[in-house]
Formats: sequence, C-alpha cells, structure tokens
Amino acid sequence: MSTEFNLDAAFSALADPTRRAILARLASGEATVMELAEPFEITQPAISQHLKVLEQAGLVVRRVEGARRPRRLAKAGIEAMDQWLEMLRKAFEKNYERLDMLLAGMEQNKRGEKQ
Amino acid sequence: MSKMTLKTEGDTHVIVTRRFAAKPEAVYRAHVEPEMIQKWMLGPEGWTMPVCINEARPGGKIRFEWANGKGQGFYLTGEYVELKPYSRIVHVERMHLPDPTPDNHVETRFEVDGTGTLMTVRMTLPDSQTRAAMLATGMEKGMEDSYARLEGML
Repeated sequence: MSTEFNLDAAFSALADPTRRAILARLASGEATVMELAEPFEITQPAISQHLKVLEQAGLVVRRVEGARRPRRLAKAGIEAMDQWLEMLRKAFEKNYERLDMLLAGMEQNKRGEKQ
Repeated sequence: MSKMTLKTEGDTHVIVTRRFAAKPEAVYRAHVEPEMIQKWMLGPEGWTMPVCINEARPGGKIRFEWANGKGQGFYLTGEYVELKPYSRIVHVERMHLPDPTPDNHVETRFEVDGTGTLMTVRMTLPDSQTRAAMLATGMEKGMEDSYARLEGML
C-alpha cells in the first residue's frame, strides 16, 4: 500500500464532523473502535467506516495488540498537512505584512503633505 | 508579532481578525483601490497581480488575476453587495482554479482600535465541505502544537 500522503483525501476526510471528532479524540491518545464509538450515537460499524476513510487519507494508523486494534493519529500524515497549512498561513500573513508596509507609506506621505 | 487570528464559527463561517497601525480609512482604501490592492494582495513571494478590476460600488465587478512569471496563474471573480466607507464591505467571491469554487460571501469590517484599526473578515461558505476545502487552500489556526492545531480546526 502506498504511504504517499494525499492532501486532497486528507482534507476531504476532514469535511465530516464525526471524523473531525474522532481525530480530536485520537489527538489525546490511541483508542479502539469501541472506545471511539462510546461518545457517539452511532454504531461501531459506522465508526469503522469513518476510520477506514481516515486511514486511507493517511491521517490514522492501526496497531495490532492481541485481539485489539487500537488506532492513533498518523504522525507523518498530520505533519504533512500541518506543513501545508503553515505554508498557506504564511502566504496569507505575508499579504498583511505587505499591507502594513503600504499603510506605513501612506501615513508618511500624508505627513509629508502637511509639512 | 502575531496579529492575525483565524477561527471557525458554526459549520460554515470562517472569521479572520487582524490589527493594523493605520486608521480605518487607510485600511479600507487599501481594500478597494486597485493600484493599492495590486501592491499587497499577492500571496506567496514571487507572485504578482497583473490584472486588478475592482469596481467598488454595489453590483460592481471584481476580477483579480495572479501570475508567478513561470506560466502559472489563477484568478478570482466577485461582485460587491454593499460598501460603507470606511467601515464595512460586503462582497461575494469565488476562485477559479480554473473551475470556480463555491461562492464565498464575505463581510469585512474596519473598526477604530486605539490609534489603529481592527479588521474583521467574516466569510460564509455554502456548506461545511466547502469550508474544509477552503481551510485547506487558504489558512489555518495559529496554534503552536501540531496536534493542537489539528484539534483546533475541529
């Protein structure tokens, strides 16, 4: 199975509120399907289906421990998405830094006119 | 200095706030005057906005085209709904990548904040899926820890 991270699949997986809640739960530590199903009013098979989407998106991995299959966040996938977002956030903030400079220039021009 | 905040509200809103060391009039003008928009609304380093059509009146058209000088580019179109100098702008916009994204309904407010301005951008997307896609292509929450950041998006 390819371990290549797919951003589209990751963000598409995040579009569902239950899957976001599952990730939020896993952010505080690994959990089994049964543990994950507890706070939700949906069945374990439904949770399993959501986990499958998250696994295919590279955001969640499973571990084998006897009969248990605890899930945890996939560090590589989360980090890849995080880096992507950080890059975009910087681009966004870059606009406002440019605007800061432009505004500082306007302010100086105005002072220049008054003098 | 971290002056920008970004948060989600409900299923379909994204709220961005940013403080500027200039009066609302100046910040407002930088949002509606094409020759000013072209100087700052550029995204990552290396991109320019060769085309900037911005008819700042109700019903007026918006068209921004970006290029990176390496043959890549994309554009945004939109329409103004309401403008109240120098405190409020309401417009609708969509990106063309080249297929158009769903409409983003944007209200931008400029308020006096000490000697500067507090700008609040409230975006409304048609559904949670569109908002998730938009967070993927535009921004994120400014939290430090990776996992906290992800959790924060939720």
